Amino acid sequence: MTPELAKTLSHGMRRIRTVEETIAERYSDQEMRCPTHLSSGQEAVSAAIGAVLRPSDLAVSGHRAHAHYLAKGGDLNAMIAEIYGKVTGCARGKGGSMHLVDEAVGFMGSTAIVGGTVPVGVGLAYSLMLNETDDIVCIFLGDAVVETGVFHESLNFATLKNLPVLFLCENNFYSVYSPLSVRQSHMRQIHEKVSGFGITTEDGDGNDVAAVHEIVSRTVAGIRDGNGPAFLEFSTFRWREHCGPNYDDDLGYRPDQFIEDWNAREPIGLFESQALAEGSLTQDDIDALQSGIEDEVKAAFEFAKASDFPPASEASEHVLAASMMGSLK
Amino acid sequence: MQSFANEIRDGLDQALAEDPTVLVFGLGVPDPKGVFGTTLNLQEKYGEKRVFDMPTSENAMTGIAIGAALGGFKPVLTHQRLDFALLSMDQLVNNAAKWHFMFGGQRNVPITIRMILGRGWGQGPTHSQNLQSWFAHIPGLKVVMPALASDAKGLLLSSIYDPNPVIFLEHRWLHNAQTDVTTVEPIPLGKAKLLREGDAVTILSVSYMTIEALHAVDVLQQQGINCDLIDLRTVAPMDWPTIEQSVKKTGRLLVLDTGFKSFGIAGEIMAHVTETCWSSLKHPPARLTAPDYSESTSPALTKDYHVRAEHIASKIGEMMETSVSVEPILSQRGPAHDVPGNWFTGPF
Repeated sequence: MTPELAKTLSHGMRRIRTVEETIAERYSDQEMRCPTHLSSGQEAVSAAIGAVLRPSDLAVSGHRAHAHYLAKGGDLNAMIAEIYGKVTGCARGKGGSMHLVDEAVGFMGSTAIVGGTVPVGVGLAYSLMLNETDDIVCIFLGDAVVETGVFHESLNFATLKNLPVLFLCENNFYSVYSPLSVRQSHMRQIHEKVSGFGITTEDGDGNDVAAVHEIVSRTVAGIRDGNGPAFLEFSTFRWREHCGPNYDDDLGYRPDQFIEDWNAREPIGLFESQALAEGSLTQDDIDALQSGIEDEVKAAFEFAKASDFPPASEASEHVLAASMMGSLK
Repeated sequence: MQSFANEIRDGLDQALAEDPTVLVFGLGVPDPKGVFGTTLNLQEKYGEKRVFDMPTSENAMTGIAIGAALGGFKPVLTHQRLDFALLSMDQLVNNAAKWHFMFGGQRNVPITIRMILGRGWGQGPTHSQNLQSWFAHIPGLKVVMPALASDAKGLLLSSIYDPNPVIFLEHRWLHNAQTDVTTVEPIPLGKAKLLREGDAVTILSVSYMTIEALHAVDVLQQQGINCDLIDLRTVAPMDWPTIEQSVKKTGRLLVLDTGFKSFGIAGEIMAHVTETCWSSLKHPPARLTAPDYSESTSPALTKDYHVRAEHIASKIGEMMETSVSVEPILSQRGPAHDVPGNWFTGPF
């Protein structure tokens, strides 16, 4: 691996981790007054795809979207301000943590209903096909999305029209407290089920950022070449509670051995120990990356806290649009 | 003369021709029947990428329309019955209606969803629902219900070019209605149309009810009772100024709706009028709507289900405390109550 790529991946993961852990640390201040789903522990997939996608590629996501937004290049200040409910937020305080958007970098929106942006992503891919670009759409989704009807409907259409879309599944094995075993038949893994649509599928270790990067690079190149949609499943592990800043493993919903095994494969340490050993990263590199990130994150929280709340009059605004606006065309 | 269905088709044709970002899709759009003639030959003319049939996936296809709209296009999605569109309520309510709001006004979603409303000929409980109040209840959706063939094209063009998601409800019994007026210009959404003028009662109607109301009003006029008949055309946003102005003149309100009675458009209008025109009212506001049970399939069970011109005329007589003869209406009726005219021979 080149030192440049190693730095990109390390920086991508560390930046997400630092943002998420800072939110967790400050959540009890009661100033971030919205449901917040953190991606701590799940940084690798986002960092890897973020290093592969172009700004002109598009992405959509769901409720746990901080990592995806940041990896796609979403503005950090606007994200933190959004969580603080400020007018400088990416949705002017209308959406909060679960409704992130930064169209300037192709992050077209995340929404809170599981599976809700999957067809929106496919529709965006249809628009790219009509516009004859070689950009792609990345649809971030979790294991529970696979249980929705709209996911299967969307896969069918994407396949039917051979659309340039990557369905990127992070399987963390739990939907809130419900394990995969009570939600999906264990007769087939997720990627095996999807392969029935006849599209390219592959699975991998979502905590091994180098492996994820290799798979997504190859897959995205294939989509750009006109090979049609692809589905990737990466297993990973969410550190904290489904929603909120705390650890909740005292509730016993995840087996001890499961937690131990995943903790032993923490993605940043896993990658950096290898990179240090092979010489693609130095400890000085890592320290410099982390120091820069901490300054950036600190500034983002200062920006959010110093920003104004939206005026009360905005509560009733933005119901109907007065004119066509901001279109990609 | 042009039919309502032809006007819809011409509207789609015109939009596809003048704006390369317009897309038209839905189950059966390019098939030999072309959604009751409303989409005939459009695929041949504009190609399979812009005009296409679709999988039986109402929810995803609505989300795909939203995505295409965010990607710069103006999709028109067609459902042959409203009842099938119920599968898309998540995408409609949580995404289409909210996108502009929940992202702080950054983007709009210019999609038009045509839904056809069934009636009679055994359409039964799940092919005949008029759920305009569901959509009108959701902030962020516009709801258009054309009645006259001469308005169909202009309202459709405005819907397609509106920056917001628009639910465009076409009553199946109107498809064969005729017009000799060729509308070229879009008709602004949110503007009702005064069809008959009088000072006795304000009659507000939507969609097919306007046709029944026209028959009633003309017969009443022969008996010396002149009513304001206002075709709402758009139920969200509602043209409150026109409604209030008329009620303040007549002091009497009768609302006609094709939907179920309770929690519907008619009830909302009555509530609004009692709030804003209370001192002008000479009579309690009244409504004639579908009852609070579903339409059955057997013709034996639908005979008294729908509001007809004679019911409207009788109701006006009651409100005016005068006797009204409905004989001129009844004498024009054909023997079958479950078809809009001899042109309709099924199957749907």
